[in-house]
Amino acid sequence: MVESFGPILAGAGLTVQLVTLSVSIGFFAGIGLALARLSPNPLLSYPAYAYVFFFRGTPLLVQLFLIYYGSSQFDFIKESPAWVVLSEPFWCAVIALAMNTTAYTSEIIRGGIQSVPWGQIEAARACGMSRFLVFRRITMPVALRQALPGYSNEIILMVKGSALASTVTVMEMTGIAKSIISRTFAPVEVFIVAGSIYLLINFVVTRVIRRLEHRLTPYQRTRAELEKEEAQSGILGLGSLLGRARTR
Amino acid sequence: MKTWISMAGAAGLALAAAQAHAQIDSIKLGTEGAYPPYNYYDASGELIGFEIDFGNELCRRMEVECEWVAQDWDGIIPALLNGRYDAIIAGMSRTDERREQIAFSNGYTTTPAWFVSGAESEFAGLETYEETVAALEGKTVGVQTATIHFNFLEQELGDSIEIRLYDTQDNLNLDLVAGRVDAALADATSWTAFLETEDGAGFAQFGPGLTGVDFAVFGEGVGIGLRQDDEELMAMFNEAICSMVEDGTLEAMAVEWFGFDTSMPCEQ
Repeated sequence: MVESFGPILAGAGLTVQLVTLSVSIGFFAGIGLALARLSPNPLLSYPAYAYVFFFRGTPLLVQLFLIYYGSSQFDFIKESPAWVVLSEPFWCAVIALAMNTTAYTSEIIRGGIQSVPWGQIEAARACGMSRFLVFRRITMPVALRQALPGYSNEIILMVKGSALASTVTVMEMTGIAKSIISRTFAPVEVFIVAGSIYLLINFVVTRVIRRLEHRLTPYQRTRAELEKEEAQSGILGLGSLLGRARTR
Repeated sequence: MKTWISMAGAAGLALAAAQAHAQIDSIKLGTEGAYPPYNYYDASGELIGFEIDFGNELCRRMEVECEWVAQDWDGIIPALLNGRYDAIIAGMSRTDERREQIAFSNGYTTTPAWFVSGAESEFAGLETYEETVAALEGKTVGVQTATIHFNFLEQELGDSIEIRLYDTQDNLNLDLVAGRVDAALADATSWTAFLETEDGAGFAQFGPGLTGVDFAVFGEGVGIGLRQDDEELMAMFNEAICSMVEDGTLEAMAVEWFGFDTSMPCEQ
């Protein structure tokens, strides 16, 4: 059990890379997709709806196999420049994870955008802000704050979902754990080790998101709490940021 | 009085023997179902293969009812130890590593391991082991996880090649055809099955056939995996295997599925 810790931890780097890359791609693509979905133009909203419907309605494993084994079935793909990327198991896994999380992220952000009180947008318009400025200053900050709890769930699901990359030969934590089991025949011990490292990664993820949530919701705290925080964060050089959030 | 006791004792013994035998009226056989031509599902979803015919014939000779259970390869030994089934008939080579966990019956088939690559590739025509090792330097080689072939690659070539691990031989074949791996290592009989397919037409064996004679890691032929305390089942299987060796049934089955005789002599 102790011997397996080192090798599995070595695979944690690849797990973190898979998740970071796919979640980053998924975040920006998700915002775009949410906007397309909310667009009054059916040429934008229907394809967005179809995309979300497909990627939420099918298992991630099936999507991964379709991209990995499916792409190699067609000669025109193998002869195209895309094969440089698609021939690599790592990038197939990133693409599958990113496409999957884009669908979920867009729904989470759509919920956030729709929860922005109309009054706030109206007020901003009344101040003379352009539509883009309203979106950048009012809609998006409020929407992201609302979406954060749901989005943290999605990141955790991605950390766990990355384990599927081992089925297409990517040797991340689960892949390494499986190869150790193939020699030691001790699945329980090895999976306990792998499971604990996943738990640790997700612990860090939830902590970071909780910090972010705390910082983005100063209105939920009393004046005394805020002043105390300001005094403390002043030392860390974050005072001005918090102060701005409050006075604006 | 004494006769009563001895009669009761004899009856008790008879009952115990009957019960012991009754326990082995039916057994469950674990197999992978993804390793042609040993064991695999045909297009209609039916489990077929050399080992399915072999196992069914063993059960007929042992006069027990058998039920097949499919289990993914990487969990096939743990599931035996957990009691999900009573025997593994899945092309499993008898290695020292595995003997620490399970017991093996008399061997029933032995075949070399082959490297395979594209028929026109740079590996085509290589013959000696040394040439093969030199040519593979820096290349990507695919292999199925938890196999003697993986153990061999890791021990002998682990530093000079990149190893890609596949959950099944079928998936390895797909990536070999796709060109994601330069070469692959597996059992000769699973390659002959692949090379006959449309996808496998452009591929060929290279280098020498590798066996347990030169590399202990390949073990001593394929045997039935059993729990170490299942001595009665072991005796039943060995007797049935040897009877199939002696009357030529095993050889005929091997020729039918593999195209040549892979059977092993009776070890008792």
